[in-house]
Amino acid sequence: MARRAQPVTLIQATGGVFILLVVLAILGPLIAVMLRAETVGRLSDADWAAIEFTIIQASLSALVSCLAAIPVARALARRRFWGRSALVALMGAPFILPVIVAVLGLLAIFGRSGWLNIGLAAIGLGGVEIYGLFGVVLAHVFLNLPLATRLILQSWLSLPAERIRLAHSLNFTDTDMRRHFERPLLAATLPGAFMVIFLICTTSFAVALTLGGGPRATTIELAIYQAFRFEFDLGRAAMLGMVQVAICLAAGGLAWIFAARGGFGGGLDRPAMAWPGDTFRSRLVDRSALGVAAAFLLLPLVAVTAEGVGAIAGLPNSTWVAAVRSIAVALGSTALSVALALPIALFIAARAARAGLEGVGLLSIAVSPLVIGTGLFLIVFPIANPVSLSLPITGLVNALVALPFLLRALIPAVEQAEATQGRLADALGITGLARLRFAILPRLHRPLGFGAGLAAAFSMGDLGVIALFSAPGQETLPLEMYRLFGSYRTNDAQGAAVLLMALSLGLFWLFDRGGRVNAEA
Amino acid sequence: MLKLEGVQVTQGAFTLNTDLAITDGARVALMGISGSGKSTLLNVISGFIWPDAGRVVIDDQNVSRAKVASRPLSILFQDGNLFPHLSVFDNVALGISPSLRLSTEDQERVDDALTRVGLAGFGARKPADLSGGQRSRVALARMLLRGKPLCLLDEPFSALDPGLRREMLELMRALCEDNSLTLIMATHDLRDAEQLCDHLLLLQDGGVVLNEVLADAIDRAPDALRPWM
Repeated sequence: MARRAQPVTLIQATGGVFILLVVLAILGPLIAVMLRAETVGRLSDADWAAIEFTIIQASLSALVSCLAAIPVARALARRRFWGRSALVALMGAPFILPVIVAVLGLLAIFGRSGWLNIGLAAIGLGGVEIYGLFGVVLAHVFLNLPLATRLILQSWLSLPAERIRLAHSLNFTDTDMRRHFERPLLAATLPGAFMVIFLICTTSFAVALTLGGGPRATTIELAIYQAFRFEFDLGRAAMLGMVQVAICLAAGGLAWIFAARGGFGGGLDRPAMAWPGDTFRSRLVDRSALGVAAAFLLLPLVAVTAEGVGAIAGLPNSTWVAAVRSIAVALGSTALSVALALPIALFIAARAARAGLEGVGLLSIAVSPLVIGTGLFLIVFPIANPVSLSLPITGLVNALVALPFLLRALIPAVEQAEATQGRLADALGITGLARLRFAILPRLHRPLGFGAGLAAAFSMGDLGVIALFSAPGQETLPLEMYRLFGSYRTNDAQGAAVLLMALSLGLFWLFDRGGRVNAEA
Repeated sequence: MLKLEGVQVTQGAFTLNTDLAITDGARVALMGISGSGKSTLLNVISGFIWPDAGRVVIDDQNVSRAKVASRPLSILFQDGNLFPHLSVFDNVALGISPSLRLSTEDQERVDDALTRVGLAGFGARKPADLSGGQRSRVALARMLLRGKPLCLLDEPFSALDPGLRREMLELMRALCEDNSLTLIMATHDLRDAEQLCDHLLLLQDGGVVLNEVLADAIDRAPDALRPWM
């Protein structure tokens, strides 16, 4: 086989070194946790209950998200209607929506004095109780239904238009469509989607913190937090961390096997195409699915905005300070993430090392930020006061978690740039920094802006590691919001939620927009 | 003198197997149906592909494993010869300095090269603002500036309409003669070949089936050349 001339450049070598650093930054804390962990024999009944609850809620969340996504994706795939592209865009929003804002929104609808319970009481029915399993699953479905919808929609939209025209000409009915089109594609997509959502839900912390709790609704992540924060039992926290890692690795391994790829971008903008076998019933089903999904995804955000917007002006000073702190952490974390991602993307793209990409991506999805946080605490504890480093450590962990999103956006773009402009640069002897500047970077503005936007929004809204470490006077905005909410200052919390949502979406918009403006030709 | 000695390249089911020599100053038309190995041959000469066996020798130097940019040649691709985000001036200037560090004298040379291809005053424009023919001229100007003795053209004008193509071939011919360049041009059009080239290299299934003076080949019109007559 002929080899392509492929000179190793300094920048790519840097990328290789950065990969090692990232692996170290993830494995180091894991090893620290492992060394500190007590034997599994010490798992108490409460710990077993947490393990059980974690698996049950994650399975239910993944199952409901996937099943509910099918009618929504089907309607989006075969209906053209006003606002369709807005709805598809909305399906991407939960990536950048702070989890705690979503929780507050759901409380405004499903909470004790939420719209739903007020309505139910008015017609003389008993209310729903959001705290516990129901609330945790509800919030996870709210956050992951869009992801499942996008994954399914993507596979259905990948159907060649000719094949749908063929189905029309063969006079397919709804049932035929299901048998020949829907089921084979669902069989290929759903297992991967289920595993990815299951994985996300096992490591979800903020939802369990706010809507779970108590002996019957504590996840492992929450148990780690409690062992750490309330009992300061590092051995137990580390042991639970090991359990969490084991579950993540098992789920991550399965997700790898079923590999649900993509989920953003790629082909979702394709216009819908009518399917054959359209009946009054199918139109009704599609419209209901779209209506219910849109209401379910939009109403909580509308509610929290409506109730919180008036409270912004009266927010306490500490909230504004926390907002500034959060912006600083988000910007630092984004800068670190981008600085790591660019050389790594160049390194991986040059080697066409797909497995490397998937590996890095999965490693940081499968490792719980809370476990990394615990490990970092164990490493830093003997040397310095970890609490005084809470903000830098939060930024670091957020950067690691955001890295796979950036790499997924960057690597295909680098490969594209290499394919179109790399050859020309080789022919002209443009090497090193000049090659990066003239041939590669101009092609990366868009994915860089998009990826940096995701990283910034994620870091801005994250309530995870910071909850482990923070001391008074170190709160980020999500944590401040959680404190307000925990001390029953609901209206202030809603005001903070609107502020947090605006800042997260605003940061995403700024970076994404910046990338688009700079992208030429 | 360019020599391929026992060069062998395997790509999947396809194998290129050639021995050939091209004298300095020759203008060679490289022909053959799609999949006969034209692009692979150009890639081996330019260094994008390293041969599995055999040697690529240019002016008695074995360059089989040399980097693309260190070989004494310039290459014009079918498309994508310009960086779309750089100005015409910068695109040409890359032929002098890959990092775009230019002396005042260098800048004059860029302007001269643009003038020679009939694009004086176009320096500030972006490739997107040019016609296809003008873009080809920009690439030619850069080729001139690089001053390499061997030029490889991979169907560079095939997207232009016939009149414009004729014009570019004429310009290319003049540039070759003025600067005593050696040229190898992959093409699908025998008339293009006749207009610019004096030699014919015909490939079939990865091997050379004809390598002689173009006019003679056309006179004798062997079976292998029929499809293009």
